[in-house]
Amino acid sequence: MIHTHQLTRTFESGKETVEAVRGIDLDVAEGELVAFLGPNGAGKSTTLRMLTSLLPPTSGTATVAGIDVTADPAGVRGRIGYIGQKDGAGHNYRVWDELLMQGRFYGLDKKRAAERAEELLGTLDLDGMQMRKVSTLSGGQKRRLDIALGLIHEPALLFLDEPSTGMDPQNRANLWDHILRLRKEFGTTIVLTTHYLEEADTMAERVVVIDHGQIIADDTADALKAEQAGDRITVTVNAEDLPTTREVVAQAGTEVEEAPVDGGTAVSFRVDAGPVALPGVLHALGDKGVAVKAATLKQPTLDDVFLNLTGRSLREGAEA
Amino acid sequence: MSTAIIDSAATSARIAHRSLLGDIASVWTRETLTILRDPFSLIFSLVQPLVFLGLFGPLLAGVAGDGLGFGSTLQFFLPGVVVMITMFGTSMTGANLQFEIMTGAFERILATPLSRPALLMGRALKELTPLVIQAVIITLVAVPFGFDLFPAHIVVGLLILGVFGVGVGALSYALAIATRKNEWAFWAVQQSLLFPLLILSGMMLPLETGPDWMQALSKANPLTYIVDAERVLFSGTFDDSAVVYGFIAAIVTAAVGLWVGVRTVTKTVL
Repeated sequence: MIHTHQLTRTFESGKETVEAVRGIDLDVAEGELVAFLGPNGAGKSTTLRMLTSLLPPTSGTATVAGIDVTADPAGVRGRIGYIGQKDGAGHNYRVWDELLMQGRFYGLDKKRAAERAEELLGTLDLDGMQMRKVSTLSGGQKRRLDIALGLIHEPALLFLDEPSTGMDPQNRANLWDHILRLRKEFGTTIVLTTHYLEEADTMAERVVVIDHGQIIADDTADALKAEQAGDRITVTVNAEDLPTTREVVAQAGTEVEEAPVDGGTAVSFRVDAGPVALPGVLHALGDKGVAVKAATLKQPTLDDVFLNLTGRSLREGAEA
Repeated sequence: MSTAIIDSAATSARIAHRSLLGDIASVWTRETLTILRDPFSLIFSLVQPLVFLGLFGPLLAGVAGDGLGFGSTLQFFLPGVVVMITMFGTSMTGANLQFEIMTGAFERILATPLSRPALLMGRALKELTPLVIQAVIITLVAVPFGFDLFPAHIVVGLLILGVFGVGVGALSYALAIATRKNEWAFWAVQQSLLFPLLILSGMMLPLETGPDWMQALSKANPLTYIVDAERVLFSGTFDDSAVVYGFIAAIVTAAVGLWVGVRTVTKTVL
């Protein structure tokens, strides 16, 4: 569905040249659900804008839905759906008019555009909103209308730029229901950008971590977490049990760390499958007469992955 | 898989059948819907020209004095007012685009396969829809006050204004895109160009009595030729070089406007 080679974009800002995207190589197969994850300004949106032909690349190539973005941008635009960060529907227009005209923009005839508009209003819970002025819709309704606009021509590939930014948790969950159903029913390939860790973690099958305009990791969320951070078990023991604990831990895991805590020492170590390893470790310690005072298992988040890859937390980046 | 192939073939066929005129018509239709859905804005836009005709006209008649009745003042003044509403409408139209850039609707439209020139031409042509209605109503209102009506001439006059208006509209869009990050800059530039252009075209008061420098400036103002052509046409004359000059000024303005506008749309990263 998507193939890029050394896709690059620079911007001139005064005398400075800013390299927003630096040589991205990416392949996305039909039916995949891919999230671009990274802090603000990492180059996610710039990459998306190049893939949707809204922004010409400075160098490198991108083939989207079988078409070269530079050679035939209008051809790419006709085959994909794009839902931007801001409101796609014109505030001074009526819902029905916008849907119908969007259909015309994509070359549907009036009849087909009206059929599609009707279908999408139903699918996206916008029944009865036909004659409403867009400016009078709630935030969640506007966002669903944007999705309807992006789907009017039944694209096989859909791009969403920060689809849930600024939405409350309920609306966000609702939006995801729609996106996932779309995918299930029509096999639509979906590429989206997000700086919400939880969103990339739970929703996307494949996470492409972008930082400073480059892809720094690309895998499933689970694989990234297993490779880049891993599960950590921490056990707290008394000083006299520390040598025995060290022996057991050395066999069970890696990256052992010790830290003094109230009433003893916290020994933490990395294991492959935390939930499976934890009972075994506790048994082994018990068998050797170690009185374990506390035990915790911490499974990594994508933030730990990002931290491990860049030395920075994505949370701080997102807040900044 | 096979359905996917058929789908993409159907998509290609659809794309192949696109035409510039079809795109312009689609964009024009979307823009015109704002008027259809909210006709009050059109009614309101009639107030200003009528105020000008009703309150400024008699004053002008008084200044001109001697024998010139209100009817003949209207004959001079009304074509000017029609040009004025064209200029107001088309030069301010960029503000609509700026609003849609701000809210995100323009980006959504940019992401459709519509051709770039069509985005601009369809929008600029939309400004002419209300203009025609306004001009006709104002003219009809003026008839009972002694205005002589020449329908065929007025149609030609509106055609010139139409071509000219597309050019001004396109320039307004270019300005809107260039100033998209600060709204006030759009209005500052628009206002500081609009009034000098209007005054130096002899739209409100004849320039014959003005100083030489003003007359020299008015010769360089394309709007002057439009106003002159409209006056000749509204008084029922085809056979005058002013009509030809008016057409030339309108076509040049449209060509320059569209060139600048399309360039701005295609070169700018929103």
